[in-house]
Amino acid sequence: MKEKQLVFSKWIEGNGPEAETVISSRVRIARNIREIPFPYLASDAQTRRVQEKVAKAAASQKDAFRQFSFKPMENLGALEKELLVEKHLISPYLARESQHGALLLRRDEAVSIMINEEDHLRIQVILPGLQLEEALQEAERYDDLMEAELDYAFDESYGYLTCCPTNVGTGLRASVMLHLPALIMTGQANRLFGALSQVGLAVRGLYGEGTEIIGNLVQISNQITLGQSEEEIVRNLLGVTRQVIEQEQAARQALLNENRARIADRAWRSLGQLKYAQLMSSQEAMQLLSDVRLGYDLGLLKGVDRKLLNKMLVVISPACLQILAGKELGPEERDMERPERLKKLMEQYKESV
Amino acid sequence: MICQECGQETATVHITKIVNGRKSELHLCRRCAQAHDELDFSFEPQFSLHNLLGSLLGESMRGSREALRRSKVQCPSCALTFAQFSQIGRLGCSGCFQAFDEQLTPLLRRIHGSSRHTGKVPRRSQGAIRFARELEKLREDLKLAVQKEEFEKAAELRDRIKAMEKEMKEGEQR
Ligand SMILES: [Zn+2]
Ligand SMILES: [Zn+2]
Repeated sequence: MKEKQLVFSKWIEGNGPEAETVISSRVRIARNIREIPFPYLASDAQTRRVQEKVAKAAASQKDAFRQFSFKPMENLGALEKELLVEKHLISPYLARESQHGALLLRRDEAVSIMINEEDHLRIQVILPGLQLEEALQEAERYDDLMEAELDYAFDESYGYLTCCPTNVGTGLRASVMLHLPALIMTGQANRLFGALSQVGLAVRGLYGEGTEIIGNLVQISNQITLGQSEEEIVRNLLGVTRQVIEQEQAARQALLNENRARIADRAWRSLGQLKYAQLMSSQEAMQLLSDVRLGYDLGLLKGVDRKLLNKMLVVISPACLQILAGKELGPEERDMERPERLKKLMEQYKESV
Repeated sequence: MICQECGQETATVHITKIVNGRKSELHLCRRCAQAHDELDFSFEPQFSLHNLLGSLLGESMRGSREALRRSKVQCPSCALTFAQFSQIGRLGCSGCFQAFDEQLTPLLRRIHGSSRHTGKVPRRSQGAIRFARELEKLREDLKLAVQKEEFEKAAELRDRIKAMEKEMKEGEQR
């Protein structure tokens, strides 16, 4: 294996609306083809037929799908698949367990269409910042293109039919990835998350050994897919997200007023560690990146920008490190490789400005 | 039982997965289960469908003859039985929705608070479905008008419904 250049997905640009709080917006819709059993029950021949049908649907609309590449899972190496998982372009299930699973991926990696996941089709769009409506629009565009060639399983009263009852109706799952250091630091987050689950939204964080959320990253998504239109689902999530942003911004202002020196000190120290550490776990890296990001967003720290911070967030994950190194690495080797890669990214950035 | 992931802690989380029609079981300790589940920021809902199905089935027909009958209902297209569905929590094909209609409606209401789709419609069936939705709304309006004793409005609505029904019949004959 040779050392490779990494392609970054569109969301890492970090240039969307509300980018101080919202890392990315994601929308996916689930669709199935009528007359063929859902993938887990389908025969080998049937899942192969699904793959062929979708590939043909894309191939017959050359203009719309010119920017896409077709990637059957059986043609990809294990590490390549893990990288796609880490970039949230495919699910772990598609990578590891699917039968004739495949991916249609747009060159900018903002649009990915999974084939033979839990449903025959999963159309996904990830955009930087708060762009839920834009992401929905984009996903629906590809949905319409696919529908022109495929006979979807649809029922007048149940809507789009899906393998799991939790996706029936719109088949729509929308989510935002938020950076909420101030709300979490000041202990306001748990109450807020409790309130969100009361209104039919799911909140997920990366949890370490304790109860603290690693990297202060939180994903909020809708749970209900039936009985509300796509626009209503997205508008609800958008409204709630705006409120969360407002609270996070208020909490940041309060921190700035009361603890300016401490926040600045922490941001600079964390940047120092990112620059000079020799061993680093991914949890530690995520926490340091969160500190630096907060400092940058509050104008307390220079020498980085959001795109660099997003890139750094991507390269610290296991498959990324191994692809960049051009070889397989065990956990300890990864902890050595991680700071190396972060340093390289920071040097490249320094040269570019 | 020892955790399959780290091989050290006691497994307290048991996950059943169906892969390509085959059932596989995963036994993890709490920490590994968290890492498993949450590191990929999966979209899937957090509540347990199994519990929901279990409680729904338990409440409505605990041990009755009716329960036995229903559990044997089978989808004619993919041969999944309702008993299998309630174990796996996954439907087998689009035909299952009709086969298990009786049970699915209350289940969907539990999950979503509704069992009726109001969103996007495939362009192919757009005309017919929009027509049906409009007709349904007129019928509801009519019921409301009668309740409120707005008879003039009710008569008008009745005429429109009749016209639409006639149109629909003619469409079917064609
Ligand atoms: Zn374990
Ligand atoms: Zn079926």
